Amino acid sequence: MRLVGGSPGADVRRIAVVTAGLSDPSSTRLLADLLGDATKAALEEGGRAAEVEVIELRPLAHAITDALLTGFPTGDVAAAVEVVASADAVIAVTPVFSASYSGLFKTFFDILEPETLDGMPVMIAATAGSARHSLVLDHALRPLFGYLRAVVVPTGVFAASEDWGSDRGAAGDLRHRVDRAAGQLADLVVARPALHRPDPFGDVPDFASLLGS
Amino acid sequence: MQFGIFTVGDLTTDPTTGRTPTEHERIKATVAIAKKAEEVGLDVFATGEHHNPPFVPSAPTTTLAYIAAQTSTIQLSTATTLITTTDPVRIAEDYATLQHLSDGRMDLMLGRGNTGPVYPWFGKDIRDGIPLAIENYALLRRLWREENVDWEGKYRTPLQGFTSTPRPLDGEAPFVWHGSIRSPEIAEQAAYYGDGFFSNHIFWPASHTARMVEFYRQRFEHYGHGKAEDAIVGLGGQVYLARNSQDAVREFRPYFENAPVYGHGPSLEEFSRETPLTVGSPQEVIERTLSFKKYAGNYQRQLFLVDHAGLPLSTVLHQLDLLGEVVAELRKHDVEVAA
Repeated sequence: MRLVGGSPGADVRRIAVVTAGLSDPSSTRLLADLLGDATKAALEEGGRAAEVEVIELRPLAHAITDALLTGFPTGDVAAAVEVVASADAVIAVTPVFSASYSGLFKTFFDILEPETLDGMPVMIAATAGSARHSLVLDHALRPLFGYLRAVVVPTGVFAASEDWGSDRGAAGDLRHRVDRAAGQLADLVVARPALHRPDPFGDVPDFASLLGS
Repeated sequence: MQFGIFTVGDLTTDPTTGRTPTEHERIKATVAIAKKAEEVGLDVFATGEHHNPPFVPSAPTTTLAYIAAQTSTIQLSTATTLITTTDPVRIAEDYATLQHLSDGRMDLMLGRGNTGPVYPWFGKDIRDGIPLAIENYALLRRLWREENVDWEGKYRTPLQGFTSTPRPLDGEAPFVWHGSIRSPEIAEQAAYYGDGFFSNHIFWPASHTARMVEFYRQRFEHYGHGKAEDAIVGLGGQVYLARNSQDAVREFRPYFENAPVYGHGPSLEEFSRETPLTVGSPQEVIERTLSFKKYAGNYQRQLFLVDHAGLPLSTVLHQLDLLGEVVAELRKHDVEVAA
């Protein structure tokens, strides 16, 4: 986990970037960084301080599986879950595996408490070797985050290998999509009311109302 | 403070021999384990309730009554009695009968059960788990405290002028614990009635148990049952003992790694760090157990899980010999704290 600029403070908007790339260097991570930086820039353009925290799932893979088996996250996974839960927005980036998000990517979202992403602004993004996979964003990622009751920005960002080329790469089409998605996410973050995190203990109804229910 | 053991009642293959006990062997082993627990000086024996394989204890009061007839001091309890899928009228009758047969040497711990299909098998819906626990227990309390009960609720047929028999021994309803792994509503329920709250403790990190217990203590005081520190708290624990630490780890590791709940997941060392599992020497178990008070406060009942994951009966009985020694030491500390 790496802190990419910004400084903690009351008015600082915190963007959690979850990236499920497996190789190093990873094009998924590359895309994740583009999206994180662009969102930070869009927020700062609007006068808001922002900080980006990137969660690489690969080094957490064993511990994520353990959390799936035991029912509770520990150590670095617990910290990653907390980063996501307390963020103002989430950028979720996965490689395409077998016509969908990777299993590791899905497992991380499976171990979150059910309410974690309720109302959370989320940007979805994916990478693959071919643009033929681009509908994975709308067939797999968007329904997943819809189920989790996240607010997903209209622009999803897909990067195939060819998008990294000079003509239509980071300076061309891809850059355009990245900036559009970042702007949409920044708008949602700014518009979002103060973070209300559910408190499992504070939210327990008085017993009289439990009895009457 | 009471010390005891609680059993899930699982039929699990011994990973070191490949042998699976028969249901008959497992049920008889449960009785042998309970008798041994009394012999080594433990205070409580509690059995689970399950209605699906690979578990044998579907009829806890039958087993507990049989144990009661062969023991004289040990307190018999459950971990847990399913308040969601069992008719509260049957709970009232079964446990009042056990109370008479055991001369009052019993209590019970209510739980919801988390096996999805069990609910529809008994005509219920798991999504109603909390409301079922609340309504059914409200009725159960009245059945033990009132002679002629008129009652109407959402989850069972109404009662008009119903008297649950036998009446509780000496007119005293059995003591009730409410068990939960992670639902604050159940801690709230226990606090509301001034009943005991038992935190499973063994499947979740200590920080979670600490919050649950503290929440229960605050609500216990809020409802006027006494000071928060005097609330009635029980904790689970899980141990495997050997004279020295290395032997304990070596002997228990194959059972840990194949255990039904957490097997094939975190290492024994990681799970020991994150949960109360203690695999080691008697002294290590004593120190770890004493450390629970640091986050749970003074509490009234400590139950250990010792007979799961395919451990053979001979091993479990040996574990109880060692646990008896541990508990004798823990009692000395308990007296020191009280003094």
